[in-house]
Amino acid sequence: MVYLQRHIRKLVTLVGLGILLSLSLTSQAADLKPVIPTAKGGQCVEKTDVMRKNHMEFILHQRNDTLRRGIRTSKHSLKECIECHNAPANDGKVARISEKDHFCSSCHTFAAVKIDCFECHADKPEAAQYRTSAKGGH
Amino acid sequence: MKQDTDMNRRRFLGQAAAAAGLAVAPGVMLYEVQARPAGEAATSKQRWGMLIDTTKCEVGCNDCVTACKTENGWGASETKSSTEQQAQWIRKVKLTDKQTGHVQSLPLMCQHCETPPCVDVCPTGASMKRADGIVLVDKHICIGCRYCMMACPYKARSFIHESLSGQKAHAPRGLGTVESCTLCVHRVDKDGTPACVESCNAKGHKAMYFGDLNDPNSEISKRLKEFGGQQIRADLGLNTGVRYQGL
Repeated sequence: MVYLQRHIRKLVTLVGLGILLSLSLTSQAADLKPVIPTAKGGQCVEKTDVMRKNHMEFILHQRNDTLRRGIRTSKHSLKECIECHNAPANDGKVARISEKDHFCSSCHTFAAVKIDCFECHADKPEAAQYRTSAKGGH
Repeated sequence: MKQDTDMNRRRFLGQAAAAAGLAVAPGVMLYEVQARPAGEAATSKQRWGMLIDTTKCEVGCNDCVTACKTENGWGASETKSSTEQQAQWIRKVKLTDKQTGHVQSLPLMCQHCETPPCVDVCPTGASMKRADGIVLVDKHICIGCRYCMMACPYKARSFIHESLSGQKAHAPRGLGTVESCTLCVHRVDKDGTPACVESCNAKGHKAMYFGDLNDPNSEISKRLKEFGGQQIRADLGLNTGVRYQGL
């Protein structure tokens, strides 16, 4: 009987520990989720789920059309993505690609997918000013 | 046959434009120049070219180079590179005849050849010529091997040796890729004129002309027909898009 009681007590302690551990993990996971900055304007050129899944395909297609054939439509142009998604905030400034609050890096940091678009391309609208003076790039 | 169709289409468009023109005064018509729609690809109907009148190009004047730097964001951005490494999309060249002492000055940049050696040697297809004759580097697939730099007889291309930031939105450029004069393709696609030509004319030098070599009525074609124009290293048979007068 005593033997059984001891085992039940052990089991309860283990279950309790397990619940505590899972609770703390859940709260950590919530903290780790990317904070995606909101864009300027109402609606993106495609639905959010389509964009999340296919944005890389859209800009890959567009880059060939624009550079090699001279087609300069704005729908899937990287320049236009940046115009809306890294538009100046209330302070009139924008984030750098090396910072987490840049639209692209917010998700790419979370997903651990390194992009090299901004080694060459501008990571801000032409006229906008950076919020920090730190050097950009990776 | 294709050529005929295109010529017919051009004649038709010409007539349509004349009909749409607005008479400002007797004999003076005001036409609205229509840029190619953004969704339409460049075609071989046009061949963009440049004409440089070296007799009007002053020794010591650097306005075209400055305008190019400002427009495309090269020059000041490469802080760690040596002078030899720094980008040079366009440069001024001074020619002195040792016998007579006659000095000439001219801007030299990518000559936008019809048969570009840089495109021939590129192992990835990054070095390319657009249908309208503009020679470009597709930096997305450039591996930075620099074969094109060696192949170019005009030394028109540069390689970027350092990480850059603050590039212009219309002129992406970055570490490990080759670059050169784009004939301001972003402006040309909006029916504009390259920054160098614009600056040369705005400052009153009028030594540079830009236009369509395929259109016999463009100013550049008329001038070439009347006065002729040399190619630099014409012996190579590259049929350059950039021509010089008074060399």
